[in-house]
Amino acid sequence: MAANDLIEYVTVRIGGQSFGVAVSDIREVFSPVAITPVPRAPVDIAGLLNLRGRIVSMVDARTRLGLPARSDDEPAMALGLEEGADLYGVLVDAVGEVLRLDPAAAEAAPGHLDPEWRTLVQGVHRLDGQLLAILDIRALIGRRSALAA
Amino acid sequence: MDELIGEFLAETAESLDVIDSELVKFEANPSDRATLDNIFRLLHTIKGTCGFLALTRLEAVAHAGETLLGRFRDGSLVADSTAVTLVLQSLDRIKMILAGIETDGAEPQGDDSDLIAQLEALAEGRAVAPPIEIAPEPEPEPEPVPVNAAEPAPEDEGDGGFDADLGRPLRPGEVSLADLEAAFMSTPGPQEEDEAVELDAEPEAAAGDAHDDAPVPVKAAASSADTAQPAAANGARSSAAIRVNVDVLEGLMTTVSELVLARNQMQQLVHNTEDSVLKGPLQRLTSVTAELQDGVMKTRMQPVGDAWRKLPRIVRDACQDLGKKIRLIQDGEDTELDRQVLELIKDPLTHMIRNSCDHGIERPEVRAAAGKNETGTIRLSAYHEGGAIILKLTDDGAGLDAGRIREKALEKGLATPEELAGMSEAQIQRFIFAPGFSTAAAVTSLSGRGVGMDVVRTNIEQIGGAIDLSSAPGAGTTFTIKIPLTLAIISALIVDAGGARFAAPQLSVRELVRVGPDAPVKIETINGAHLIRLRDRLLPVASLANSLNPNAPAAETPEGFVVVLEAPGRRIGLIVDDVIDTVEIVVKPLSAQLRQTGVFSGATILGDGSVIMILDPNGLAQECAVEGETEALDNQAASAASALAASRQRLLLVRAGGTEPKAVPVSLITRLEDIDASTIEIVDGRHVVQYRDRLLPLSHAAGPGAFRTEGRQAVRVFAEDGRSAGVAVDAILDVVEESLDLELGSDRPGVIGSAIVQGKATEMLDIAWFMERAWDGAPQRSAARRTSRPAVLLVEADAFSRRMLAPLLAAAGYDVTVASGLHEARDAAQMGAHYDVLVGDPGALDRLTGEGLFADIPRLGIGEGHSGILEGFVAIMRPGDRGGLIAALDQAARAAA
Repeated sequence: MAANDLIEYVTVRIGGQSFGVAVSDIREVFSPVAITPVPRAPVDIAGLLNLRGRIVSMVDARTRLGLPARSDDEPAMALGLEEGADLYGVLVDAVGEVLRLDPAAAEAAPGHLDPEWRTLVQGVHRLDGQLLAILDIRALIGRRSALAA
Repeated sequence: MDELIGEFLAETAESLDVIDSELVKFEANPSDRATLDNIFRLLHTIKGTCGFLALTRLEAVAHAGETLLGRFRDGSLVADSTAVTLVLQSLDRIKMILAGIETDGAEPQGDDSDLIAQLEALAEGRAVAPPIEIAPEPEPEPEPVPVNAAEPAPEDEGDGGFDADLGRPLRPGEVSLADLEAAFMSTPGPQEEDEAVELDAEPEAAAGDAHDDAPVPVKAAASSADTAQPAAANGARSSAAIRVNVDVLEGLMTTVSELVLARNQMQQLVHNTEDSVLKGPLQRLTSVTAELQDGVMKTRMQPVGDAWRKLPRIVRDACQDLGKKIRLIQDGEDTELDRQVLELIKDPLTHMIRNSCDHGIERPEVRAAAGKNETGTIRLSAYHEGGAIILKLTDDGAGLDAGRIREKALEKGLATPEELAGMSEAQIQRFIFAPGFSTAAAVTSLSGRGVGMDVVRTNIEQIGGAIDLSSAPGAGTTFTIKIPLTLAIISALIVDAGGARFAAPQLSVRELVRVGPDAPVKIETINGAHLIRLRDRLLPVASLANSLNPNAPAAETPEGFVVVLEAPGRRIGLIVDDVIDTVEIVVKPLSAQLRQTGVFSGATILGDGSVIMILDPNGLAQECAVEGETEALDNQAASAASALAASRQRLLLVRAGGTEPKAVPVSLITRLEDIDASTIEIVDGRHVVQYRDRLLPLSHAAGPGAFRTEGRQAVRVFAEDGRSAGVAVDAILDVVEESLDLELGSDRPGVIGSAIVQGKATEMLDIAWFMERAWDGAPQRSAARRTSRPAVLLVEADAFSRRMLAPLLAAAGYDVTVASGLHEARDAAQMGAHYDVLVGDPGALDRLTGEGLFADIPRLGIGEGHSGILEGFVAIMRPGDRGGLIAALDQAARAAA
């Protein structure tokens, strides 16, 4: 297996579940501070944040995945990505290691998965002792507008 | 070479725009030598550059056009509309070829011989063959240039050949050029100077440096528009102007924005420390940053005239297409504004000018019949006003037809008849801004394609601007557009509401009012609908925190500040906890889904690094209107939403004797006053108070004994016939909006009837009765009149009209019986009721008479467009004409008595 067939995934934890996010989708990982809530925004928009002079729209992955909301004192990390001219940050509980996985080894998302999840989970990797769901982070960003509309 | 062509395209596009408008000017005044010279020079430059870049097709067209212009110049041809149209067509052809070059990098394939033949034929027409066939040809041709290969008129080409000394197809041009040069030689002074500049320009272009000299002819063209400005001055400017890529400027602007942010941050830090060492350098940083910001802003500024340049051509073409005579006057084209804003208003402006030509200005014969000048005038003006640019578009056309707009609004379901009945002309006219609205009876080639003023409004509001209109039938229409100078950095008021900070654009902030228990201005009512009294007007106010988040706990007694924001046609007051600061903020756009909130126009980063939201006054105003918290229905856009609130009426709830609330329609109240009880005097057994240097008669809704003797006495003031009376109450409770089902009839004096308000049966106070009582003994109304009040039967099917009219008639001293339909009126007739006058819907009254009921009683119709059944009526009054209605009624009643 050639090394360039492998895809790099960064593992993140969201509400107790491990997810893999393609590194190529992510611009940076940062620690979110001082998020300004936006009144009337869709529920999964946690607010806006100043990242070195740029304004980032923060999306809460937990709310987006229908998981229990985060309490204020729980630590959070954010994955930053760019969508067109807009800058987005996806709030996750923790960021783990970077794994190189063969996309061919992934299995399709199970059919009985929550339909909401199935639109966001591209596949599942079996790792030692746990399952890693591959999260389509662009879909997670993109769907919000559909949700809000 | 690519870059060179790019420069050529940009420069030529500018030149062509100038030529377009200059030609129109020239057509109007063919003796204007300076304008012609200008056009000629620009076209000549284009031709020269084409030759250098080996753009043969372009060169041929430009050359033929120039030849024709040369004929105008040497006076051998008079520029008439046919000739100018032909030149304009050749410009369109040039534009088309340029567009081809822009997309493909090379001249598109095509044949221009037809156009060239026409141009040449016309150029030589006088000399040889009368080009009668050609002349009418260009006229029917519409503005966009289809590749017209239809009638190349080979015969003319032949003529041209015969006439030419040197050869057939290409020769006619050369001959003209020779003529032209001869003409150059023979022309006197100033022209030679022009020619000199032109010659200067050419070698430069040939040196591949076309971009350096390009702005010069353009600027020169713009400035020497009216007077032949010395060409030498133009030449001198060539070294002072350079062409800079827009992206470079944009990048610079972004950098400066970041610098402003960093400076703000620094200021915040220094402000919080005692370290005075930093203060000096910071001071300098601040002033340098401000200067830099100013400088960069200036590079982004462009005269608004740049966006107008296409307009004369549009008006001219519209005149030809529509057979109208229209003069376009431009005023203040030097007013500068941000390029980005300029780009964004170009299309809306073009659309509006087309609208004015198409719908605004009438046909010459119509104008003549109306006693107006056959030539209509469209005046476009621009000026600065307090950090904003005001654009005004005025035409002296027919004005907006409120009747047709009303019909259309009904037809499109934008409003209900009840809502429309309660709207002023101005409110109805604003419907043209409502989505999907278009009054064009016929779709013309110019406008009326379904996208209309709503698109214009949306475009303008998107850049933080506002549009409003005023129109008088027969006299014309004025559109006023207010747009910010720049989008990038704006001045904003930072406010605190519910623990969060927000920025309100200073441009929309009308004033700040301190409110609260200790402040001079108090918020009058609670329960979600607050009001403040602002210079004797009631201004609806809403808590910003609660508007943004309905779940937020509402403060029992709001205090702090009211920020009065202005949006077109309406004003809203937002209650905030505190006003923090005024700062220059850098506007950052919101990501797609946050834009959908509708109440924020962007976000910004403050000096302390925190992100705050920028409020959108337009969005907030619409919103509050839907909630019934702005001046009722004074809002064109929310009408679709408020259609739900059909026939709702705003009521003031008061306590007056007993604990049950009593209600009065807000529309009948002129003011709410809070009078010191000790100033209430009793004169001749009546309560009066000195109010604005006059005696205001008072009566108390709970009877004369209920007046307070100390403290404050709440009083509602009503005005009728220019006289006022006050009705005192124990307390003002609330303002509510209810769809009323008023049950008339009560045996208690002072009560009209009752209705369900907020789930409770509430008595409706009879304002007329109280006013009568307050005026009791006043000389204006004789006691005799009151003892025998004339009886009026009001027949009106429309509940809203009934509610408006019944108290009005009662207030005028009539004993009103209300019939909501014919059957009720018939019942009244059968019971042998007697009335002095019948008032109401002319159709219904006509039917009653037709049935032989109340046949000999004077009838007074209220309605519009009923002139056909005037017979048998005392008069037909418009519903809005209160004074006229009462006067007519008084007359009818006297006649009946």
